Amino acid sequence: MHPLSRRLPSYGLTLPLVLLSLLLAASPGLATVILEAVDVPNDDGTALGLTWMGDLAEGDSLTISRAAYPDTAWSYVATVDAMREGYIDQGLSRKITYVYKIESAGGRPALSGPVSPSASFLNTSRLVMLAVLALYFISVLIYIKLAARGREFFVRRISGLNAIEEAIGRATEMGRPVLYVPGIDDLNNIQTIASMVILGDVARMTASYETPIIVPVCKPFVVPVAEEAVKQGFMNAGRPELYNPDNVRYLSDEQFAFTAGVNGIMLRERTAANIYMGSFFAESLILAETGFSTGAIQVAGTANIHQLPFFVAACDYALIGEELYAASAYLSKEPKLLGTLKASDLAKVIIMVLLGIGCITETLGLTSFADLFTAR
Amino acid sequence: MRTEIPVAMAFIAGMLMVVSLFVPHPFIAEPAAVMRGWAIIITAFAYVLGVANIARISLHTVRNRTTDWQYKAALVVALVAMAGVGIAGGINSGGLFDWAYLNMYVPMQATMFSLLAFFIASAAYRAFRARSVEATLLLVVAAVVMLGRVPVGEKLWPGLPAFTEWIMEVPNMAAKRGIMIGAALGAISTGLKMILGIERSYLGSD
Repeated sequence: MHPLSRRLPSYGLTLPLVLLSLLLAASPGLATVILEAVDVPNDDGTALGLTWMGDLAEGDSLTISRAAYPDTAWSYVATVDAMREGYIDQGLSRKITYVYKIESAGGRPALSGPVSPSASFLNTSRLVMLAVLALYFISVLIYIKLAARGREFFVRRISGLNAIEEAIGRATEMGRPVLYVPGIDDLNNIQTIASMVILGDVARMTASYETPIIVPVCKPFVVPVAEEAVKQGFMNAGRPELYNPDNVRYLSDEQFAFTAGVNGIMLRERTAANIYMGSFFAESLILAETGFSTGAIQVAGTANIHQLPFFVAACDYALIGEELYAASAYLSKEPKLLGTLKASDLAKVIIMVLLGIGCITETLGLTSFADLFTAR
Repeated sequence: MRTEIPVAMAFIAGMLMVVSLFVPHPFIAEPAAVMRGWAIIITAFAYVLGVANIARISLHTVRNRTTDWQYKAALVVALVAMAGVGIAGGINSGGLFDWAYLNMYVPMQATMFSLLAFFIASAAYRAFRARSVEATLLLVVAAVVMLGRVPVGEKLWPGLPAFTEWIMEVPNMAAKRGIMIGAALGAISTGLKMILGIERSYLGSD
């Protein structure tokens, strides 16, 4: 039996462990390795970090074992390369004190002192992020307050959003329905939420023109929200009797089955205006090109950067990135919502200034400024 | 109350998630983890809504024999058949459900995806027509990038692949990052509007 495999008394564990470690390290012909176990900062108290140093060679491997104080029945944790900087042992309990042992292939163990993981109240590595977010929140609230007091804000013209009404008008003239696709992501994607807000405004416009709107949905969780948005749009237009619940259609949550379904709607129901707003992936061009082939006027908006070129190439108008999020404020003209747009503009100016400072400091070899914003 | 309670719930849930990003302690992290678990469970239940929606609309179309009702009939038959096979025989590898999925659904999905190649060609043809200065610039840059990524490009000029990489990594990346920063700020604004109840049209109120 290994000398450490017996149960040590609960008092004074540190001293026998240290003595034993020194004895083992002092063994003739055996290399010395020092092991340190410390609490991992900025975590929920379920991890400990191990570091070691000593006479270790390239290619050596270390076997890490752990015991819970005061029991020293060692349990295997991992085998790691001796040259790596350290190891983080996760999934631990805050209520237990641990001791660690590492052994190299030659069988020379090193022991750590007893240590318990503890939970942090604040992740200090994210303090800068917290400060930036807090400033942004405050600026949004200030602009909303200003808007509520009657301050008017200038918002640049967004052609894609102006084109929505034009597209609906064209569909009305042709006596064909409008198609609104809210992307293929679930409601946990902020683009889908933004799309639902735009859908309410689009539904209001279609209701006022007495034009049907078809909303194919890819995720079942989006169905009730889309139904509610369309219904409310029709009510806001004063035409609740025109609302047809069969026009909010769940098709499939499989990407290309959904795409095939939407293409089928375009080809069979000959939609005259296709509006794509939300999170799109590889299906974006298939949808937009099919819409183009039917002669529909198409307006698209997404923040998925890899799909933007497809929409720009295949649609008549495209909302790029932030314009998707600005749409609800732009369409509704509500002062409070316009206030958030101005806060975004202010944040962009600040980011541009910070980027400029970062470029200069990095060029001069001063990395501490950029390090402040490094994500951890 | 119809909007106040949902807004209060959105505020509590949203703020909990924001705070959990900065406070790793279990008194915040554990409720946040529980809430994320709830989201998964609720999403799973939403499939019932989805199936109810698709069944109601399809059966309505079949019953009224409206245009192209046959497609809806095929959809209902497929829905019932796949669900029946899955419930009766399980969805394990080698089963009938798995066979139908791999031999019917996957090829159909691949067929749809393969259309993309042709659509890219037709969209690129339209986009690259030199009708304006911007479109001409797009055409020239796209031609350079395409040439730089095929062996013949290197044969024409050995520096072309490196030049192509520069176009992708410097001007292209700069534009992409600009869009991404704007989109991220927009996403934060939208989230804030939802959490604070400034934007509540998604709840069905004006």
